[in-house]
Amino acid sequence: MSDVFERVKKIVVENLEVEADKVTEAASFIDDLGADSLDLVELVMAFEEEFGIEIEDEVQENIRTVGDAVTEIKKTQG
Amino acid sequence: MRRVVITGIGLVTPLAGNREASWERLIEGRSGAQKIDLFDTDDLSCKIAAQVPWTTGRGGGEGDPEAFDPDRAGSAKERRRVGEFIVYGMAAAAEAIEDSGWVPQTEEEKCMTGVLIGSGIGGLPEIAETAKILEESGPRKVSPFFIPSALINLCSGQVSIKHGFKGPNHSVVTACATGAHAIGDSARLIQYGDADVMVAGGTEGSLCRIAVAGFAAAKTLSTKFNDEPERASRPYDKDRDGFLFGEGAGVLVLEEYEHAKKRGAKIYAEVLGYGLSGDAHHITSPAEDGNGGYRAMEMALRHAKLTPADIDYVNTHGTSTPVGDEIEVRAIERLFGESVKGLSLSSTKSSIGHLLGAAGAVEAAFTALAVKNSMIPPTLNLENPSFESEIDLTPLKSKAREIKYALSNSFGFGGTNAALVLGRIDD
Repeated sequence: MSDVFERVKKIVVENLEVEADKVTEAASFIDDLGADSLDLVELVMAFEEEFGIEIEDEVQENIRTVGDAVTEIKKTQG
Repeated sequence: MRRVVITGIGLVTPLAGNREASWERLIEGRSGAQKIDLFDTDDLSCKIAAQVPWTTGRGGGEGDPEAFDPDRAGSAKERRRVGEFIVYGMAAAAEAIEDSGWVPQTEEEKCMTGVLIGSGIGGLPEIAETAKILEESGPRKVSPFFIPSALINLCSGQVSIKHGFKGPNHSVVTACATGAHAIGDSARLIQYGDADVMVAGGTEGSLCRIAVAGFAAAKTLSTKFNDEPERASRPYDKDRDGFLFGEGAGVLVLEEYEHAKKRGAKIYAEVLGYGLSGDAHHITSPAEDGNGGYRAMEMALRHAKLTPADIDYVNTHGTSTPVGDEIEVRAIERLFGESVKGLSLSSTKSSIGHLLGAAGAVEAAFTALAVKNSMIPPTLNLENPSFESEIDLTPLKSKAREIKYALSNSFGFGGTNAALVLGRIDD
């Protein structure tokens, strides 16, 4: 597990108030973690803050799972 | 006409975070006033308010077993999505609903249970904070929850989502008359048959720098008692100099009488009459002759099929402003004529300050509790009345008294007036 994943996981657990073991790479924010579309926007803002990056709106739309988020964050970080 | 009774009460006030302790402390003559600890007041002319004591320590709640526990409103995640006024409103609604014991089971019961909770200002602190974020960090830092956290009807929305109430979902915004209008309009929805149960009231969590600066600019706040906050709210007293900013929420469960009887619900009081009027005079000052308040009271009595002589107690609007207090009392005197003798009134704002959009609802709750407990709350700090009246203004100490019928008045900026008549239910 990468450091990025662990940091993403921490944010997801805090923001969505979910059990840590539910936050796997394959977990879908909406279907598995109880998020709605507004939660997702807020989560992405928290990721941007944590990693000091900016995730483009078009990219945000493709983030459905925790793994998607980790991949996009790594990509944006270069 | 279907009869409407009060079967649940929920309160978050500057005295305590719940109904029982708020009422007890009110009757004991305690004050919820204090120096503002929420934000810097160095450059503000008014440095005091009636803040809700929180278990987290703010508002003087540290170590107070009756302080407001924010978890009562919902989880940290739920609270992050809503403005402070919604936090107070959701907590008061939860207490009122639990107190009533009403849990709709069928789809039909859910559709006959509605919510109508208003607010005077809504999410002003959230608007102020977000404006700052936008200015300093740009639009990408604006929270997706900003708008739904600040919209006034979202308290009704959140309560309906939380409790599954699918009946009329509505809200009121009439400044300081909001809470009274919410209760009166809800009673009418029940009378008309649109709902059997309404969760009704007002909430206000707007204490922030921009709000204090704004009210202070309009010269409406007390500024002479910054070093003695508990003496600031003094309706009818000759030294009064403005109102004390308050926060909190009052929510009632209103229910059709037969519906309540059938399930054996406890009843606090009956909502017998409701009157409304407009001053058509000035944005912040009442008409000099108090005719707006007069007509609201007159209409409420007419709907209640009562005469002034039937009324034992008036919970007044009495905000402790130099102009408004006496105008209201004079209007009551004109309406009541000879029957002012033996009438009691008090302003509970002397204890909890002015809760703006929540005031009318909290005061209707206090009026219902006064009726139920045969006890009139005091007008604190009334040491030297600025005018003479034959009405007992209940100075300084609460007074035991049988109350068959009571009035509760609320007036708001814009010249909007509401009056409610509540009556005792003898089983």
